Order: sequence, then C-alpha cells, then structure tokens
Amino acid sequence: MQTKSLISITDFTKEEYLKIMRLAADFEANPDQNLLQGKVIATLFFEPSTRTRLSFETAINRLGGKIIGFSDSSSSSVSKGETLHDTIKMVSNYADLIIMRHPMEGSARYASEVSNIPVINAGDGANQHPSQTLLDMYSIMKTQGTLDNINLFLVGDLKYGRTVHSLLMAMLQFENPIFNFIAPAELAMPNEYKLLLASKGIKYYEHDEFTDIINAADIIYMTRVQKERFIDPVEYEKVKNIYILRNEMLKGTKENMRILHPLPRINEIHTDVDDNPKAYYFTQAKNGVYARMAIIAHLLNLK
Amino acid sequence: MEKQLQVSAIKDGTVIDHIPTKALFKVIKILQLEECSQMITFGNNLDSKAMKTKAIIKIANRFFADEEVNKIALVAPNAKLNTIRDYEVIEKRVVKTPKEIFGIVSCFNPKCITNVENIKTRFEVLSNKPITMKCFHCEKITNENEMTYL
Repeated sequence: MQTKSLISITDFTKEEYLKIMRLAADFEANPDQNLLQGKVIATLFFEPSTRTRLSFETAINRLGGKIIGFSDSSSSSVSKGETLHDTIKMVSNYADLIIMRHPMEGSARYASEVSNIPVINAGDGANQHPSQTLLDMYSIMKTQGTLDNINLFLVGDLKYGRTVHSLLMAMLQFENPIFNFIAPAELAMPNEYKLLLASKGIKYYEHDEFTDIINAADIIYMTRVQKERFIDPVEYEKVKNIYILRNEMLKGTKENMRILHPLPRINEIHTDVDDNPKAYYFTQAKNGVYARMAIIAHLLNLK
Repeated sequence: MEKQLQVSAIKDGTVIDHIPTKALFKVIKILQLEECSQMITFGNNLDSKAMKTKAIIKIANRFFADEEVNKIALVAPNAKLNTIRDYEVIEKRVVKTPKEIFGIVSCFNPKCITNVENIKTRFEVLSNKPITMKCFHCEKITNENEMTYL
C-alpha cells in the first residue's frame, strides 16, 4: 500500500484540510483516545526544536503511542557520519510513523521517498513546516467559525517567513480570502505569491505602514522581523520599532479579530497585548497538539 | 561551386544539428556519447545562417528516443535531429523541453539535500524561455543562468 506523508502544505487537498479541522475539534473535546496503542512513533530531530518536538510528543502520548528518537543530531549516529538515507531506512524498519526536523531543505521529501512508512515534516530548513500551518488554520477555524471570507493581515517578515507563505497557499483553497501584507520593503511578500494571487483573481493589498488599517482584519498574523535578514543594518534600525503590535492599536479592531503568532515572540507583540482577549497566540500553541493528533490519526488511517 | 559538407556524411544514424557552439561538449556529456562505441564525428564553430556559428554531431548506427534526446533541450533548445537511413534523411525532429528533468543539473540552493547526499536531482520545468525549474525536493527555483551541469 502506498503510504501518505505530509511534507508540504500543498500535499493535502481541501477535503483533507477540512478533515484535519474536524478531527482536531474531536480530539480537543476528547483528548485521551488510545488510538496509537501498540504503535511506535519516531521523532527524529536532526536539529533542536523544543516547542515543535514537545507538541508532537504530547500529541503521541495523548493518543497512547510510544516514542523513539533523538532531540538533536549529536546524540544520533549522524555524528558518526551516517547518511540521512541510512538513518531513515533503519528507523522505518522499527517505527510506524516518522516525524522529522532537519536543517537541510528537501530532506523531508527525500526521507518520504526512502521510507516505507509515513513521514511528517516538522520543518526542513527554511522550506516547509506544514503542521504549523494546519494548527494556524485550526486556530482560524475555531475563532472565526469558518475558513471562508477571512480578511487576513500578515505582518513582519513576509519574504523569508515560511509560515506566512504556507498559510497563504492553504487559504487559497477557501472561498473569497482577502490578504493584506504589512512589511518593510526589504521583507515584502515575494512576487511569485503576488502573481499567483493575481492569476486567481484574489484580492491583496500591500502596506508598509502598520496603522489603523488593521481595523478591517479578522486575523492579524504577526511574525518576527529579524536583524540578520537585512543586508543594510541601517534599514533594520529604521524599521525595527515600526512593526510592533501594541494594545492601544487594537481599540478600533473588530470584535471577532484574533492575533496569531507562530512563536517564539521577541518584541513584535508588546507584552501589554497579552491580557487582551484578542491575543490568541498561546491558545494557538495549545491548538497545535490537537492539530498534530489529527494529522497523525489521518496519516495512519486511524480515523 | 559544389557545396562541400563540413562534417562528412553517415550512411545510417543520427545527425544533431543547430547546437550552440558552447553547448557541444555538454550535449556529448548529457547523451553519454563518450561511452558510445559507434563512429562519431563532430564539428564546432561551423558557419550557420540562423546562428552565425553552430556545432553539429553525427553518430553512426545510433538512434534516439524522444525522452532521451529531449534532455539536451536545457543546453541546446533549438537543436534539430535528422534520422539517416542509407544517406537519406528519413525523419526530422526538433528538441522539446521535457516537463520534468532528472539528473543533468544540480539544484541552485546550497542548502538543498540533493547537494549533500547522493540523490538524483529532479525538477519540474516551469517555463521554457528562459528555462526556470522547481526542485522536487527543496521547492526552490533554479534559473537558466544559475544551472550547473552534473
């Protein structure tokens, strides 16, 4: 039987997105389901990512599965010079599912070609991190009741931020999305995405100012503006304090609006926002466990 | 004055014409002609009305399937293939850029896994002129002027 993996967000159809949303809601209502009893799940973290690994491992534990693996490559045979090919071949003989993070781009796609069990990409360099996108979508679904007709404001690093690109690709599958991009010129949304939106007749607006234009938003998706992304450090100094969300900016925003952030946050959301009921980023992280339970159950045909 | 052939004729085989002069040895490599035991003659920097200068390869007793010869589209997009039987051209073909390219070029992205492990590269061709290709593994775009041949 051909196994199904999740490497890029576009590997799933709209129907699969909606199934993940339904399953995640089901797991949130009934988190302790022993669907993975007797199953072994490998979490192979060739580079450390505590947040993502703990979220996946919580999901596996909630489902009653057993975990094997490593949390950074220094404690694996990679440090002895073993190839990714051989590590995946070996582990796919032991486990029922592989969840992997690796610093090289394309590594997860390659692992899925080598493996005879499903692979979930938990981040391959700057390329893809699809479980993050599914938890973002689940957070939008939960707070807005739908994934259709969402006015989505993406703020910060829209050039290199893989989460914003994947979220954009996924939301294209739903009815009438509106995209607003707020970013400094150096970190603007790449042309390939704007051309794609234009070719589909989907509305998008670009802004370099972070002002009361956010009053139209259903979702504000914040990302970090990182200093190392700028060629000219003077440009960074100019913009570093512009793309910071503060509580006072939320006065005129819609009641249903919620603020998302893939975390970790540095300073782009001021801590005075945290107590505002519109701040959703910590609940969003919690939603990640349910979304990951749903992904695992779907790929292993358990639901 | 009688027109003289710049590269001598073959009785049976394939003539690959209209190869850019700089691409001659790349075409030889891509088609693995160095391993071919048949008689091969080639000329380079020949006069051409359309291209000013061109290269030509004549391979005796060797015939190519479309998917085999389309691999050279990356380096010789305007190449023409003549199939020869008993000194006569019995078929003329043009090279077509394939939708997918396996091997031949490396991925432009230094962080791509295909540049680290022993993996055959695989690309989806997004456009022909100029050629842009998307890596199946890392999903990054490699443009025509960034291509490195394996």
